[in-house]
Amino acid sequence: MRDALQKTAVVAATLGILAVFGFFLLTDPDLQGTGLERVPGGEVDLANGETLFRAGGCASCHATPEQDDPLHLGGGLALETDYGTFRVPNLSPSRDGIFGWTTAQFVRAMRGGVSPEGEHYYPSFPYTSYTRMTAADLRDLHGFLMTLEPVDGAAPDHDLRFPFSVRRGIGLWKLAYLDGEPFAAPEGMDPLLARGAYLVEGPGHCAECHSPRNALGAIREDARFAGGPNPEGRGFIPNITPHETGIGGWSRAEIVELLASGFTPEFDVVGGQMAKVVDNTSELSAEDRDAIAAYLLALPPRPETPRD
Amino acid sequence: MTLRPTRIAYVTGLAVALAAPAALAPVLFAASALAQGEPIAARQEIMKGVGNATRTGVQMIRGEAPFDLDTARETFAVYIDASERMPGLFPEGTETGGDTKAAPAIWEDKEGFDALFVEFGERAAAGLEATTDQASFQAALGTATQSCRTCHEQFRLDN
Repeated sequence: MRDALQKTAVVAATLGILAVFGFFLLTDPDLQGTGLERVPGGEVDLANGETLFRAGGCASCHATPEQDDPLHLGGGLALETDYGTFRVPNLSPSRDGIFGWTTAQFVRAMRGGVSPEGEHYYPSFPYTSYTRMTAADLRDLHGFLMTLEPVDGAAPDHDLRFPFSVRRGIGLWKLAYLDGEPFAAPEGMDPLLARGAYLVEGPGHCAECHSPRNALGAIREDARFAGGPNPEGRGFIPNITPHETGIGGWSRAEIVELLASGFTPEFDVVGGQMAKVVDNTSELSAEDRDAIAAYLLALPPRPETPRD
Repeated sequence: MTLRPTRIAYVTGLAVALAAPAALAPVLFAASALAQGEPIAARQEIMKGVGNATRTGVQMIRGEAPFDLDTARETFAVYIDASERMPGLFPEGTETGGDTKAAPAIWEDKEGFDALFVEFGERAAAGLEATTDQASFQAALGTATQSCRTCHEQFRLDN
């Protein structure tokens, strides 16, 4: 009897040790190669960097709250979610921000969700979309960010519920949900559509709010772009697929108008977080707005995600 | 609902400002009756009216409809009317229901919410006065509709 107990204890302890070992092995930020590719050399294109800064909506989260300058990227915005409160970090070229980062470190942060200190970022930072961006574009974006005003002051830490507070655990989440594939247009795709697809799926990270999420907080691919509950509070983010419950019936010009001025076809004006999105899309080129509109109209039509 | 005051009312800028609300009186009466029973429906109806007036205005700016000075000024009359009636249509108990998209922030910061309508009304009144042709109308409409974005960003759910 005593032997049996001892055996059970030994087996349990061994399994426990293996589990801990396995957890650390599987959650090692170095396990995945995403974002470790060579950064192309050559001249940094600051104008392209600014376009990507607008397309990516960096300022919507990283700009210091309660002031009007979108280029004042001190961070500190609190995102209240079901997992707890995320606090957006400083993205300015200050020692409290990204001063001293190499371009390679920036690319890895954006595409692999790993910080220069080798820690996982939480996917509240939408690297699941930014992973589609090319290293050359990220080099330009990094170059643009480094030209901005340094803002001192680090944001407070996130305040999350267990088990979400275990940052290392994000490694498991990434194994399941971060494929790390850069965007590649299907062969023969119209160049305008391809540009739109890149902007929407990559820097624009539209799906991050306009899709429902599963119990683990990952986008439900079967309902991608079909709308979903607001991840930051009450309300519902609309379906942006060309279905009758979404933007079916909208013309390309009407979508372009929304991205340029915020007016819907009913002459409502978009608000919520979309107001800041329009602040950015209104600064894009007319061609880029047209490309986004063309791609949205080419999405598979899906019925709106059921509201609870 | 049509909001077309008589041409005669627009003799001078001042006359316009005075006459527009008077011309709207029957509409106001009907809407206030509606408001007592159904604040949510009433405020949605007002916002729809604002959207329709804006559509007409933008179509004239874009040249999709011929420019008409009375119609242009009417846009601001609709805005002024909305700015006066909206703040009173959010009593306690109308936070939810009836497909409302009103954000809880309205009741948490009613003063800030009301202040935006005061600003909207002031911008619209200034627009009413400043509008003499298509160019001045375009500028004034641009300023007034900034209020839409500001308020929707802070106080409305669902983009």
